[in-house]
Parts: sequence; structure tokens; C-alpha cells
Amino acid sequence: MGFISNRKLRAVVILTFVMGVFCVSPAFSQETDTVAQAVDTAVTPADTSGTDSVVVAADTVAAAAPSAAAGATPTAATVEAGKPSIAPQVYKNFFYGILLVLLVCVLVGVVGKILEVYELTRRMSGKDTTYYLHNANAWLFLISLVLGLYGVYWSYVHHGAQSIRDAATEHGDKIDAMFMITTIICTIVLVVMHIALFGFAYKYRATPTRKAYFYPHNNTIEKIWTIVPAVVLTVLVLFGFFTWRGITNVSEEDQKSALHIEVVGEQFTWTVRYPGRDGKLGERNFRLTTPLNGLGIDFNDKSNWDDQVGSEIVLPVNKPVRVQIGSKDILHSFYIPDFRVQMNAVPGMKTFFQFTPTITTEEMRDRLGDYTYNYVMLCAKICGGGHWNMQKTVRVVTEEEYQAWLAEQPYFFTEDLQKEFKAAQVTDERADDLVLANAN
Amino acid sequence: MSSIASAGTHHIDHHGDHGHHHESFWTKYVFSQDHKMIAKQFLITGIVMAVFAMILSILFRLQLAWPDKEFPILEAFLGKWAEGGRIHPDFFLALVTIHGTIMVFFVLTAGLSGTFANLLIPYQLGARDMASPFMNMLSYWFFFAACMVMIASFFIESGPASAGWTIYPPLSAVPKAISGSGLGMTLWLISMTMFIISQVLGGTNYISTVLNMRTKGMDLWKMPLTIWALFLTAIVGLLSFPVLVSAVVLLIFDRSFGTSFYLSDLVIQGQILPNEGGSPILFQHLFWFLGHPEVYIVLMPALGLTSEVISTNSRKPIFGYHAMVYSLIGITVLSFIVWGHHMFVTGMNPFLGGVFMITTLIIAVPSAVKSFNYLATLWRGNIRFTPAMLFAIGMVSFFISGGLTGLYLGNSALDINLHDTYFVVAHFHLVMGSASIFGMLCGVYHWYPKLFGRMMNEKLGYLHFWLTFVGAYFVFFPMHFMGIDGVPRRYYAFTEFPFMEKWISVNVFITWSAIIAGLGQIAFIWNFFYSIRYGKKATQNPWGANTLEWTTPVKHIHGNWPGEIPAVHRWPYDYSKPGHHEDFILQTVPFSETMSSNLPHDFEGNPEAERIQREWELANKPQPEKETE
Repeated sequence: MGFISNRKLRAVVILTFVMGVFCVSPAFSQETDTVAQAVDTAVTPADTSGTDSVVVAADTVAAAAPSAAAGATPTAATVEAGKPSIAPQVYKNFFYGILLVLLVCVLVGVVGKILEVYELTRRMSGKDTTYYLHNANAWLFLISLVLGLYGVYWSYVHHGAQSIRDAATEHGDKIDAMFMITTIICTIVLVVMHIALFGFAYKYRATPTRKAYFYPHNNTIEKIWTIVPAVVLTVLVLFGFFTWRGITNVSEEDQKSALHIEVVGEQFTWTVRYPGRDGKLGERNFRLTTPLNGLGIDFNDKSNWDDQVGSEIVLPVNKPVRVQIGSKDILHSFYIPDFRVQMNAVPGMKTFFQFTPTITTEEMRDRLGDYTYNYVMLCAKICGGGHWNMQKTVRVVTEEEYQAWLAEQPYFFTEDLQKEFKAAQVTDERADDLVLANAN
Repeated sequence: MSSIASAGTHHIDHHGDHGHHHESFWTKYVFSQDHKMIAKQFLITGIVMAVFAMILSILFRLQLAWPDKEFPILEAFLGKWAEGGRIHPDFFLALVTIHGTIMVFFVLTAGLSGTFANLLIPYQLGARDMASPFMNMLSYWFFFAACMVMIASFFIESGPASAGWTIYPPLSAVPKAISGSGLGMTLWLISMTMFIISQVLGGTNYISTVLNMRTKGMDLWKMPLTIWALFLTAIVGLLSFPVLVSAVVLLIFDRSFGTSFYLSDLVIQGQILPNEGGSPILFQHLFWFLGHPEVYIVLMPALGLTSEVISTNSRKPIFGYHAMVYSLIGITVLSFIVWGHHMFVTGMNPFLGGVFMITTLIIAVPSAVKSFNYLATLWRGNIRFTPAMLFAIGMVSFFISGGLTGLYLGNSALDINLHDTYFVVAHFHLVMGSASIFGMLCGVYHWYPKLFGRMMNEKLGYLHFWLTFVGAYFVFFPMHFMGIDGVPRRYYAFTEFPFMEKWISVNVFITWSAIIAGLGQIAFIWNFFYSIRYGKKATQNPWGANTLEWTTPVKHIHGNWPGEIPAVHRWPYDYSKPGHHEDFILQTVPFSETMSSNLPHDFEGNPEAERIQREWELANKPQPEKETE
């Protein structure tokens, strides 16, 4: 019971008071006219490990680490500020923050004391001192059940509305349908189970007279609640399996008839490659990478000669697109939330995702009533400091608009590259000659 | 001591003789080989690491909630990592990485299993100590060294590892790609190797103790569910952690010796690397072959501890003991064949994705059975809300709500849109983060009297529970919706995408909830450390529980029981048995002393015992009726 004995409580209050006076006293902060001095912190046991270590980690500030005693001993440390000067006010504010937390802790302690006294009076007047606590917690469970269910409802309505948009692809609709079915099943289970859990907690709270019902097992019930989830899951599994196969298992014919584009990730940007008139993406080889030829496109492969650079991803509506995804350096992830499309970009390995956009950007803007709205492709796999802003706009347009846009996109095989390529070929021939000569 | 012990004891406490007298400070508190002291060491180290990792999480939550604001105080602490009071993007990733690593491995694996396996396996099985106390001590000290190395990585110039706790190469293999992949990652790998050594030493010990050192009468089907859970956890750990070693060693080779296990076709910032022929997907397979069982290594002890606590505090037998054990076994087996669900969209063969989806959703069945059995245990109980019980109920709640979102992520088609988004963050923080930490806290409150011989303050426990419970839901529930909207995890700021801006206000709410719940932990820390010295003295069996540890004396002695180890006669869940005068019957009480409450199935078909019981009933049954008349 006595988590704060009177002696301890007094000590904490006095310490807090002393620290307050120490900090507020103007003499203390005026004495130190520059940024050379600041108050360091009194650290509660909870903070010890974290703050101590980070203080030492700071190399711009040569901080004397607070030697935090087990309780709350104020330690004033002189801090010599390095180049980036931190205003003393900052330390003061921090100190006040800690003071505030301590104050709350003391308040909690006081409330605890009051509760103890209350319990003592209950005991003296012969009332029970255990079961009223069980009661209180049981009620809290009931309240949290009601508020929690309302909270779930509120979140579904508000946050749900914020987060669910129509899928802009064919397969996206199927995914959304399955998402909805799963959500309905899960929500029912969530609500029923929580009503049972918190409801039982409330209803069967301990009373002095109740005796629990000895009920070690019931095989029938257990069989039922093994089989029912198994059946529900089987349905979900089958549904999911066929949807997944439908999305990922594309027949060769469909693969061929699709528009092929390539998207290559690197820290922290994407390059989009359109196949040009021949509709073919040529081979790349990372060893051919030069400052001019960032993707390492192999121009010995003639299908590369007409490949175009896409300034953004522009796709014709209602036409299947097969995206070939690659990475130059580390893992990235090609993710378009509106399309329900995601596939990792793996260095050394081609990955693919085929989909058919069904809603043009214009249409989507109309639906949302937001005329600046754009589909966006972003990186979803941790890839370094710029991970959080590695994006490419995606536009879905009509076929005519697409053709018009495509006509304006430049070729990868620029004049400079052609020169470089020719020069490389010459040296290659020379090398070949040399090899031949040596062989002879 | 051995004078009390009868000669017939099958495990005589002869080390009790020696140990007691010559114990110095070092052998008693530091290099202790006593399972109780090692449990305390694991627990306290775990708590310290948890606080450390929690502070890291508050730091990155600050960044997420107020991406445009400056916090000059951060610069005072973090120096160049928070220049101008703004956390550096690289350091943000380091915070995320180390937060994850510490929480998953050091807190929820070592802190949870390490504490309770060490404390409870010998206690609840009736053993003097672990099978191999020296290995047990090594296990702790390897763990401690691993913690130190991990924390040390904050003090090096290039910063701690920052490739995410999953350390996917090539990001983790190429120092040029991110500064944390330099020395920081090397330290991470060293730390993890030591950690795995610790786990293997511990796991071997736990398994051999459970299999060999049970007291008389303690057959496998009389073991408490805690032991079942810890035993199966140890098996999972022993089988899967070595695979992580192989992943880590190959990564070390790739980083330091120029091999290409995971690397191929890399052009890092314009520089062509020579590596060819490796595959980053290989690492993911190796990592998740541990990584997924790891989730159950974290969760199963929590399930075991809460089963025990819920049964004890409902004053009811756990419903469907056998079903609980079989579902644990089911989870154990299935946990090894579901790892591919972390890789649906990583470029793994899509057909394989379909197969992994099926195995993944099957694992939901034993989990569902467990949740239903928890509810059935509460039903018509006489529920005492001790702080441990509150945390156990909270754990069940998180297990349900977090488990359900697993149905989305385990479904490969739905995973396309949810993979690597905040939905995943919400899912695993509820089902494995919050559920496991609640299991751990539940265990701490429940077994505190056994650990320290004193009670924790109940009311502070209540405060701690409600702040943490509500806080955890406030923090993680809204994240589901961000994920559905397509916000990827590990994003430094939501400012560059118009569709994410609406979530910044939600982030502010989440951060405030996290700060308040974080401060709520002070209630626990204070309660924990204060009660070690000043808590109310505990009685021998404060909760009225059935298991063996409550038959040991309050004051710890080497060898646990003075004299003979008690024999076990019944299962551990005879609570509120009709006909018995108390609402619990210790496992050590033979059926001959409880004739009035014995049930036919108690005798497991032993005809002699059944005959005796029938005769007793014939002789005694009419009497109480007469008395009542």
C-alpha cells in the first residue's frame, strides 16, 4: 500500500520546491551572461537510460552528463556550447517540462495517499476494501467497451471516409470487394468478441458471495469454434487465392498485347522508359552505366534505339499495361495506392506488374471534386534518407492524349550517347583485333 | 539444509549446501548461476532497454507530428543528428531501426522469455535450478553484451544501423547508400550474433530442463500452460535463430569480404560495384525464416502467462486445457511455413505467394481457438481485477483486434495495397507489440511477489494499465486508416504528398497519445523499483494459485524448496472445484485429501482409484444430506 511513505513524499515535495526556486531565481540565469551556462536536468529514473546516453552522444555540446541520483536530485551542470548555440531558454523550458512531469507524479502520489486514507476509513467502518476496487475496474471496462465501440464507429465513418477511394484499375475493384468482405467479417468478430470480453469482465466481477462455475472443457463447443473459423477462413482463402492468381498469373497472350513500360528506381528518383515504335524494351546491363547512360542501356540491342524517356508515367485508359520494374542500386518498391499496385524493385532481377487503368485522372478529379488531384507512384520500401520523397506523378489519359504526349518525349539514344556508343564500338573492335593478334 | 531433505529425493540440493555460505557479492548478484537471480537480471535489463527504445519512439513520433517545427532541445542531446532542432532523415531511420530491433529482440524475446522461462520453468516444474546453470549465466551475459554493443552504436560518428530492423540488403550491405550501413551496421550484426548465442544457450537449457527435470508426478499433461508456451517457444527459437545466424554471417561476408550472396547489378551513386549473381530475395527468405517464428517467439510466452493469470484470477480452470496446448503446438508447427507472407510483393514467385497465403490463414484457426477459450474461461468466473488480470484482459483484446487485421495482410491479394504501409505498423504493434508487452507486464505484476518477495502497489498498477491500454489503442488504431489510404511506413514526413497531408493532424493526436502513455510508464517504473525495497511484504501464496512456485518460501533460497521437492498429483487448474472448501487446490494436494471434490475423470481410468472414490462416496454421500436437513 505505502508506495510513498510520508517521509518520502515530503522529500519529493521539498526537492521539487527547491528545484523550482533554483530555476526561477533570476540571479541564476543572469549571472551567466552568455550561452555558456545552462541548467541541466534532473532525471527521473524513467528517463535515466535514454537521456543520459543521448547527452553523451551530442558532440556539438560538451555536456556534463547529469549524475542522476536514484531520486530526483537537481544537478546544475555548466554546458559549454559549441558552434550552434542553443539559447538558455531552451534548457529552461526543458527543465520546466520535467518539473511539470514531476509535479504530476507528486499529484498522483497525493491522490494515492488520499485513496489510502479513504481505504483506512472504510476498513475502520467495517466496509470491504478489496471488492470496491474490483467493482471500479469492472465499471471502467464497461465504459471503455461503450466508448471503444463508439470510437471504432467514429473512426470507420471519419477516417474510413478519408482513406478509401475508388480503385482506378480493373483488378483494384476485385481487391476492394474482397477488402470490404474481409472488413465486414472482421468488424463483426471484433465487436462480438469485445462485447463478450469486456462484458464478461463486467458481469462476472468478483463479489464476496459468488463462486466461479467449474467448467474445464466442452468438446462440442470447442469443435464448433474450431470448425466455424476454419470454414470462414477457407472461404477467404479461396476467394483470395483466385483473386491473387487472377492478378499475377497473366497469360502470355495478354502479356504480349499489353503496353510495356519500364520503371527503374534509384536513390531517390525514378526513371520511366517507354518502348518506342517497336513496342519492345531492349536489354540493359549495369556495367554499361555511364554518366550519360544512367540506366546502362545496351545500344547493341537495336530495340533500344527508339526507347523514350517518360517525364512522368502517362497511361492510356482501359489499355492493359505491363510495367517492368527494376532498380539500379538498392531495393525500392513501385507503389501506386490508387491502382492497388505494388511490386518491389530488385537490383539484378526484373519484376512485373500488369494492370489496366480504368479511370482517367480527369474523371477521378471530377469524382473527388478536387481539381488538383493526381495519381502518384511512390517508394514503399525503405531506401535511405530520401525515401520519404521518392515519387513520380501518374496520369491516366485518353488514347489520343497519350499519343500526343508520347510524341513529345525525348529518346534515350541522344546524339551524345550515339557518339559515345560509336567510340566504344571502335575501341571494342580494336580490343577484338588485339585479342586476335595475340591469338595468332 | 540437506538434513531436512530426505534421502529419497530424486534431486538432492547438494549445491544448496555449498552455495549458501561462500556467496560473495559477485557470485550472488552479478555472475549468478541461480535461475531466480538470472530472471531478475533479464527482467531489469529488459525494462531498461524497453525504456530506451520507447524514448527513441517518442523522438521519431515528434518528427512525424510536427515535421515543420524545431525542437532546439533535441540538438542539445543529439548534436549533428538534430541540427537546428530538426531530426535528420538518416537519423530518423536509425531511430526506427533501433527501436524495432530493441523492442523485438531485446525486450520481447530476451526480456520476456528470458525472465519468465528462467523464473518459472524450475519453479513450476519442481526443479532445484536449470539443467545447466552455467550456460544460463552465459546466456544472460551474452545478452547483456549484445545490449551494450547495440547502444554503443549511438556513439559512433556514422550513426547506428538504419536500414530498418529487417536490415534488407543491399541497403544494409552498402555503406555508401546510407551512413548507418557503415560501422553502425557492423555493430548491429555483432550485437545480433551475440544475441543469438544467448538465445541458443538459453533455449537449449529451457528445453532440457522441461524434458528432464520435472518433479515426481509432473507429466507433460500436468504442466501449466506457461511452461507449455515457454517450452514450445524455446523449440521455435532453437530451430529458427540459427538460420538468422546464417543470414547474418553471409551478410557480414558480403559487407567485409567482397562476396555476392545478396548483391548483384549495383550502381551506387554512379559507381558500378563488381558484385554479380547474388539475390536480395535470398536474404529475405533467410531472415523471415527466423523472422516469422520470431513473432511467435514473442507472442507465445505472453499467451502462456496470460492463460495462467486469467485462470487464477477468474477462479476457474482454463477452458479447454488440451485445446490450448494443441493450438500452441499448431502455432509452433505452422509458424515455420508461413514466412513467405512477408514477401508477397518482393518479387517472389507469385504462385509461391498463393501457397504461403493458404498456410498463413490456417494459422488463424488455432489463434481463434485460443481467443474463444480465453472468453470461455472468463465466462461465469469470479473475476478479481488484480493489475496482472487487467493486463491479461488487455492482452486478449489486443490479440483479437491485432489478429483480425492479420486476415488482411495474410491475404496476398489484399496485401498488394497494404504491404509496407502503416496498416502493417498498426497490425504488428497491436498483435505482437502491445499484446506481448501486456503479457510481459501481466507476468511482472503477477510474479513480482515471487521475484522480490514483496507486492507491487495495486492502484499504481491500475493507473498504469488504463493509461497504457487506452494509449496503445489511441496510437495504433488510427494507423490502420493511414495504411488503407496508402501511406508507406518509415516516411520521415508526410509533407511532400498532397494525399498524406490530411493525416498530419492524426499524427499529432497519435504523438500526444504516445507521450502520455509513455509518461504513464513512470507509474510502472516507480512502482517496480520502489517496491523492491519498500513494497508490502508478500505472503507465500498471495493470489491463491495452484502451481508449484507458490509452495516455495517467500525468501529465496538456493535450490528453491527446503527439503524435499513436492510431488505433483493433479493438473494446475483445479479452481473453484465443487465440493472443496477453498476455491483452489494446489497441485501438490493428493486426491486422497480431497475426496469430497474428486470427479470421475480425475483418475484417468485408474480402476483402483475409482473404486476407492466410489466406496468413499457411498460411505459419505448420505451424511451431508442429513446434516442439511
